[in-house]
Amino acid sequence: MSLRIFVPRDAGAIAVGADEVAHALEQAAAGRGLAIDIVRTGSRGLYWLEPMVELATADGRVAFGPVTAADAASLLDAMLGSGNHPLRLGPADEIPWLKRQTRLTFANCGVIDPRSLDDYRAHGGYRGLERALTLGPAAVVAEVTASGLRGRGGAGFPTGIKWKTVADTAADRKYIVCNADEGDSGTFADRMLIEGDPFLLIEGMTIAALAVGADKGYVYIRSEYPHAVAALNAAIAAARRAGYLGARVGGSSHAFDIEVRVGAGAYVCGEETSLLESLEGRRGIVRAKPPLPAHKGLFGKPTVINNMLSFAAIPFILAEGAKTYADFGMGRSRGTMPIQLAGNIRHGGLFETAFGITLGELVDDVGGGTFTGRPVRAVQVGGPLGAYFPRALFDTPFDYEAFAARDGLIGHGGIVVFDDTVDMARQARFAFAFCAIESCGKCTPCRIGSTRGAETIDKILNGERVANHLALVEDLCNTMKLGSLCALGGFTPYPVLSALKHFPEDFKPQQLQAAE
Amino acid sequence: MTYEPWTEARGAEIIAEHAAIEGATLVILHALQEAFGYVPEPAIPMVASALNLSRAEVYGVFTFYHDFRKEPAGKHVLKLCRAEACQAAGGEALAARAEAKLGIACGNTTADRRVTLEPIYCLGLCATAPSAMLDGRLVGRLDRDRLDALIAEAQA
Repeated sequence: MSLRIFVPRDAGAIAVGADEVAHALEQAAAGRGLAIDIVRTGSRGLYWLEPMVELATADGRVAFGPVTAADAASLLDAMLGSGNHPLRLGPADEIPWLKRQTRLTFANCGVIDPRSLDDYRAHGGYRGLERALTLGPAAVVAEVTASGLRGRGGAGFPTGIKWKTVADTAADRKYIVCNADEGDSGTFADRMLIEGDPFLLIEGMTIAALAVGADKGYVYIRSEYPHAVAALNAAIAAARRAGYLGARVGGSSHAFDIEVRVGAGAYVCGEETSLLESLEGRRGIVRAKPPLPAHKGLFGKPTVINNMLSFAAIPFILAEGAKTYADFGMGRSRGTMPIQLAGNIRHGGLFETAFGITLGELVDDVGGGTFTGRPVRAVQVGGPLGAYFPRALFDTPFDYEAFAARDGLIGHGGIVVFDDTVDMARQARFAFAFCAIESCGKCTPCRIGSTRGAETIDKILNGERVANHLALVEDLCNTMKLGSLCALGGFTPYPVLSALKHFPEDFKPQQLQAAE
Repeated sequence: MTYEPWTEARGAEIIAEHAAIEGATLVILHALQEAFGYVPEPAIPMVASALNLSRAEVYGVFTFYHDFRKEPAGKHVLKLCRAEACQAAGGEALAARAEAKLGIACGNTTADRRVTLEPIYCLGLCATAPSAMLDGRLVGRLDRDRLDALIAEAQA
């Protein structure tokens, strides 16, 4: 029997040498005249251990990592022999960092072959769709509503209500749109899941289509994710061949198909109305709401536009029941959240867990602090538009409302860790500058405010009428918060104001700082 | 990376291939850039005519998105992630090093047209930051040595 070895093809693993490792293993096997079967999976999300290689054994999969190409020969010897190797991590499922998670959405990511529909089905795939077909559209919407699922893109709007609005709106054509324009720094869950378990997204979107009566779906993926685009296109082709997409979805009378569209480097296209404009082939200019996309969305038709992680949560909810999902979580945040630990962090990666875990547990306990070994000074939660939290707020539980109560947001679940060398005035300035680069230009507070904000912070650091300019920044932030059309201008004040509030010492004029 | 030279006939062929799909503008601009390495100016009125749009509309789309190039890039394109997760992991110092070594500011091409250095706002490799991409090849856990090797490779 040949050895069955799993090597990730996830972009994050490839970036640290997974392709070279796979190649070296093949070479080493050929040199020994040995037949091996290398399966290219997604990543389990333990990025400090990537490339993490697994071996199938009678007792389950055994993991090794981080592996380099130079380790291939000795690793293969160990696999053939006793299994002992300095890089051995033990049974993959028993790795504590993985074991303490609650993987509902990411259960199969890093486990299955993302190019194999059979593997997906063998791991429980399409059970959600089967149940959805027997339940019928109204009951599917009710099930999603009962699960308490809220939009995972950041806004946290109840998914079931969105679906019901589209289902109740009569139209000759309806669309399903998946927002996979994951532009927030510190987030990579969409990329990881599309590369590691793309059929899950296809199934989730198909269930949505059945529920609201749509026959066409689009996935808008950013151009920075070529591996994800390739993985999803391959999966869509396989689903078509197997009859899971096309004229008769899963043997039913419903027609549904999905097309991948690639963005072109505009951050604002992650905003849903801007994304719709971009899909229609126009500049990604934000639309005023109302009308809601649920009433008039893509090409003016009722449209379910959800974040990729929202669709990916759907198959579990349908397969296992709304209650099973809703039993996880706290308050009005039900189910699990795939949290992404990033930046200057020792144990960075994807940590899916029920809402309610505290920020401190995530950063210190799960993340293990910084990889530089220096003290954690600030963490930014929720991407470039999220607030900076100091250690003093590390007791905040991961929950939409708890973060809002502390002038922050959980966004798409990204946490970027900074050590004590960070200059928070520079980070605040970057927030304004980034907004200025990426503003679509439709509304004045965002278009002009972002540029003026960066200039004003420069004046503060130059010691020009500091108190006046600090007051001006706060005033400007309030204008942007209340007067912007979308979250880009509306949320840029979060990183700025949180930096000012929690780290005022960094905003002293540079001459004074230098003198201290 | 090698691209085809621009010809009107080839441009027309690429445009015709995608013109029938819904909301085709971005798809066509991507396809043109993939073929020619940039979006040649004469293609803009051709896209407009094929999609029954004004030239201004197509030009507006072309200039709105960071991806689309007005002119060919250098022989190699080195993109350095400049977003927060990479900033937290020392990415800014590496970007400054790359600028100094290549003698150009981010967003420019060396005089010998060998290397274009560009910022990118997030490659989604935030747990193995800082990250870079050389001609489509991803590199994580970037440090001085790895960066220097990438630059040497691009300049060779």
